Amino acid sequence: MTEKNFTLSCPTPNTQFETIQLAHGGGGRLSQRLLEQVIFRELKSSSERHDGALLSFPAGRLAFTTDSYVIKPRFFPGGDIGKLAVYGTVNDLAMCGATPRFLSVGLILEEGLPIEELSRILRSMQRAAEEAQIELVTGDTKVVDRGKGDGIFINTSGIGTVPEGVDIRPGRVQEGDAIVLSGDIGRHGVAILSVREGLQFESPIESDCAPLHTMVASLLEAGISLHCLRDLTRGGLAAALYEISRDARVSMEVEEAKIPVSEPVHAACELLGLDPLYVANEGRMILILPQNEAERALSVLRAHPFGQQATQIGRTTPKQEAPVLLQNRFGGTRLLDLPLGEQLPRIC
Amino acid sequence: MKYLDEYRDAEAAKRLATSIEQLVTQPWSLMEVCGGQTHSILRFGIDALLPKSVTLLHGPGCPVCVTPLEVLDLSIALASRPEVIFCSFGDMLRVPGSSSDLLRVKAAGGDVRVVYSPLDAVAIARQHPTRQVVFLAVGFETTAPANAMAVYQASREGLQNFSIVASHVLVPPAMEAILSSPQCRVNGFLAAGHVCTIMGLEEYHPISARYRVPIVAAGFEPLDLLEGIYLCLKQLEEGRAEVENQYSRAVSAAGNAAAVKLIREVFEVIPRKWRGIGEIPQSGLGLRPAYEAFDAQKKFSLPLQSVEEPKECISGLILQGIKKPNECEAFGKRCHPENPLGATMVSSEGACAAYYRYRLHAAEST
Repeated sequence: MTEKNFTLSCPTPNTQFETIQLAHGGGGRLSQRLLEQVIFRELKSSSERHDGALLSFPAGRLAFTTDSYVIKPRFFPGGDIGKLAVYGTVNDLAMCGATPRFLSVGLILEEGLPIEELSRILRSMQRAAEEAQIELVTGDTKVVDRGKGDGIFINTSGIGTVPEGVDIRPGRVQEGDAIVLSGDIGRHGVAILSVREGLQFESPIESDCAPLHTMVASLLEAGISLHCLRDLTRGGLAAALYEISRDARVSMEVEEAKIPVSEPVHAACELLGLDPLYVANEGRMILILPQNEAERALSVLRAHPFGQQATQIGRTTPKQEAPVLLQNRFGGTRLLDLPLGEQLPRIC
Repeated sequence: MKYLDEYRDAEAAKRLATSIEQLVTQPWSLMEVCGGQTHSILRFGIDALLPKSVTLLHGPGCPVCVTPLEVLDLSIALASRPEVIFCSFGDMLRVPGSSSDLLRVKAAGGDVRVVYSPLDAVAIARQHPTRQVVFLAVGFETTAPANAMAVYQASREGLQNFSIVASHVLVPPAMEAILSSPQCRVNGFLAAGHVCTIMGLEEYHPISARYRVPIVAAGFEPLDLLEGIYLCLKQLEEGRAEVENQYSRAVSAAGNAAAVKLIREVFEVIPRKWRGIGEIPQSGLGLRPAYEAFDAQKKFSLPLQSVEEPKECISGLILQGIKKPNECEAFGKRCHPENPLGATMVSSEGACAAYYRYRLHAAEST
């Protein structure tokens, strides 16, 4: 400030911020303004403003799930943290065979987050919620000091209704069931890594981030008996298989040659020393169902835009010491274990 | 994927396996030198395609495994300092030192970063002139040129805030150490393909001649390995001991002259301690006096403190091909990737970790 325009009057505080301020979470007027001008403008909710949402339900069973999203970078090829936060929870409901109905959104914002970015993320959440036909009914916003968060953390919880007669869970898995994979694997993890590490590939790899509930609904409508479903997220296909095998008390045998991996993902994994079986996905699932239902399930899946590459990759077997065995192209087998932590790129 | 799928063709692999079966008349033990080859063999089940009379021994060529505890402790001490940005290849982060590891240092507030190339660490040093950037320069001849280039560039630019913890090791002296052990079981070697890409094949001729062992430079894909094994066994069956090149698409006899020149400019050959094996003469690379300013240990005046390994660990015997991972009492029980007792369990390319990952279910039957 130069001496020329120095005045002794007490200036009104500037309330038009381009970035998130601590005061945006203080519960005062700035909080209200953030809600009115950004959050409610982007996220459409039909609920009356109140401490909680009042929901009407038909009789029957409910599925309830929660997940938190802390991804870096916030925007990546094929999606962003907002879309992920909606589809992730929608998919968890879908894996219970539930029709997604209601969604809550908890936002933890870091001081300094550009409000324009927040708007983009919220817009993307709204679009995803419309696409998934899930209703945003309640939410919360908090702000943390700069350096105490990674721009934005999102928690979503979802409630879905489970149609009469649907019972999908690990306990229903039988020996001799078919293991079906809904599409090619590894896209999400490689897309994230390529942005995070500044790697460029000839053909850009987009995240597979997608809602899976309509695919599950078509299977149920076709009257296909599903024993267990699991969406592939962190830990990839290997972790999903391992977890179901552990919880369902069966072992599994899968064939490596049958697992679809796209050319660019394959190349990126070779380059980085990663195993695509352990790389994250956000729009793929495995289905475990009676072998005699597998053919019908595959034709339903392949008719769906997210399931065109669906294929049977293996079978469940009687419980033995190794939870999941992978048969390679040369006839040898190897163990698919739970990864220790995140996969780390190799030296050479 | 082009240049890859053709080396993973299952039919061609079976044909090679049949040729090997027909060739072999007596028991032979071959050692693949490189950890990448060990990983590939177990991942693709190459050993299962071989006749029972052929044994594959897993060599010391995993840079993560053979990096001594002292160097890890030094790195952990450096990474814990507030002024330091510590850069490393990803797979060194989880390797335990005697009391901590780099991931724990990061969790406790240390600035530890994964880089894909040492030149990225130099770039970080340029961007942060007020911080000290230290790069953990481990590896065999394969990573030496890039590490040498990082030091060379930093020196040319006069960067005063860049240094390395140099813990480079060399393959041929380790092969000699294995061959000169009285317990040596190795009849022939698959030399590490990418090491030969840099260094060429020259240095293997004296070893092959002195110890009467075939040495075949081999690649990392299933067909590379099977062909390498075939060539090595053929020499043994015919009573020859020569240096051969299976991996000619990446290896020339002369090596990469520019890379070797750069290594020699920055580094000199020194004795080096190998985790699990001990000190091997002339088996490492250290910075030449002219580049001493880039030696993190000297720069920060930190001593290397010698540390004892757990007594139960037989990784030394495994790295020399004398024992196999599943012959260890502790394997899969007291020793596993979450709680490694020693060198060969700590990295995903270590023989014990590869057995644990791919073969635990077969531990009782093999």
